[in-house]
Amino acid sequence: MIRVDRVTKVFRSRDGADVTALSDVSMEIGRNEFVALVGASGCGKSTLLRMIGGLLSPSQGGIEVAGTPVTGPRRDTGIVFQSPTLLPWATVLDNVLFPLKIMRQVDAGAMDRAHALIDLAGLHGFDGKYPRELSGGMQQRAAICRALIQDPDILLMDEPFGALDALTREEMTLELLRIWTEQPKTIVFVTHSIPEAVLLADRVIVMSPRPGRIAEVIDVPLPRPRDFASEASPDFQACAGRIRSLIFGARRPRADTAA
Amino acid sequence: MQNPSLRRSLASARDVLLPTLVLIGLIVVWEAAVDLFGIREFILPAPSAIWTATTAIWGTVMDHTIATLTTVVVGFLVSIAISLPLAVFITASPWISTAVYPLLVLTQSIPKVALAPILVIALGANEAPRIVITFLVAFFPLVIAIATGLLSVPSELIELGRSYRASRLQELWRIRLPYAVPFIFSGLKVAVALAVVGAVVGEFVAADRGLGYLITTSTAFFKTPLAFGAMILLSLMGIVLFQAVVVIERVFFPWSSGQDTVVG
Repeated sequence: MIRVDRVTKVFRSRDGADVTALSDVSMEIGRNEFVALVGASGCGKSTLLRMIGGLLSPSQGGIEVAGTPVTGPRRDTGIVFQSPTLLPWATVLDNVLFPLKIMRQVDAGAMDRAHALIDLAGLHGFDGKYPRELSGGMQQRAAICRALIQDPDILLMDEPFGALDALTREEMTLELLRIWTEQPKTIVFVTHSIPEAVLLADRVIVMSPRPGRIAEVIDVPLPRPRDFASEASPDFQACAGRIRSLIFGARRPRADTAA
Repeated sequence: MQNPSLRRSLASARDVLLPTLVLIGLIVVWEAAVDLFGIREFILPAPSAIWTATTAIWGTVMDHTIATLTTVVVGFLVSIAISLPLAVFITASPWISTAVYPLLVLTQSIPKVALAPILVIALGANEAPRIVITFLVAFFPLVIAIATGLLSVPSELIELGRSYRASRLQELWRIRLPYAVPFIFSGLKVAVALAVVGAVVGEFVAADRGLGYLITTSTAFFKTPLAFGAMILLSLMGIVLFQAVVVIERVFFPWSSGQDTVVG
């Protein structure tokens, strides 16, 4: 579904120096696979996500989605950002319909689909509310609905729950699993949270910084459906422990990272 | 006082009542002081004298008011019609803004009062120079406010538009302009108050009617009470127009007037 082939991304900083954000990264992601990108800050995981989404272009190498090279944002790709980025002047319904309005594809069925998505995301009855009347978690639910409205095959999520409090975050993780079960998609999910990545993903791609590259790809053997009880299983602990040692391995072991 | 809504309405009644009482008190003191110290009318007229002089020729005063109001409103509308596209143009690229911005600042450094007589020669003794001066006084803060609004759109919203392949026009229409609405309205509030100033400056220099004209002609004949009456009407006009902008924002862009709609 997604093919990243020896991609390197170099940014020119303001003082003219070149900064290599990603170096020679390759990966393949299958249809309806849930892949998490994990790594310390500056490992280029958001950059990689933006390149798959067509918002940035690689300096070297190529990215293919469904067999065609990515040259710009694609219709079959939906993006969820860290902040909900809802339009403050539009209701939840209008925010969800926003992509279709931009693409001039609002038809009779669009309304029904929007209402169905809003219900699916647990926002029933909030269609006419404005973003400022919603909690942070509800705003992010609306943003997920918006990313799903044109029924994309691929959902790119850039730390979507990073700005939420810990409890809301756990709740949203389960919600996302539920939505993904009802509407299977290829999901690329960038996160800082190791438990979140293991709980959600089929494969966790661990990245290392400066320059960003893939440290290791870890298969998560946990059976689905998963819930928080899965965290107690030895497989979960083994995966999380391995990821932790990859990320912190270069550093001196510390008590608070050993758990 | 158990009922919170009753308490709130009492509180808001107090907010209106208290300043009104202070104002009435000041007018009474003014009236009494003029009477007590025997201040001559052409130096400081008593409120009653202002009232009598103004209402005596109420019809004529209304004609002058409407003339000024027309200049203010037309000048204000011209300011909007020019500022909006200008701000969009300036913010389109850093090149354009670098090229045009200093020129804008230059127009602001010209004293409008000095420019007025020159404009009368160029444009003739008619409505045109008054509207142009009103525009010149009012448009600058409006352009700055709109441009600031257009440029302060969070980069995530722009990226959102790009991820759906929004054209430049769609980005402007569906993201940048709506986002700028609160900024536009704060600019409009400043501009409408300045438009009244601009219209009066225009009327001082060349006019045969309008409240500015009424002030110059009546002071020339030491009819100070009438001049005071015209001045008060100008203040009222400023307040009414300002409130009109506030109401338009509340009615048509309720999300713009900010947090008070949520709390209240």
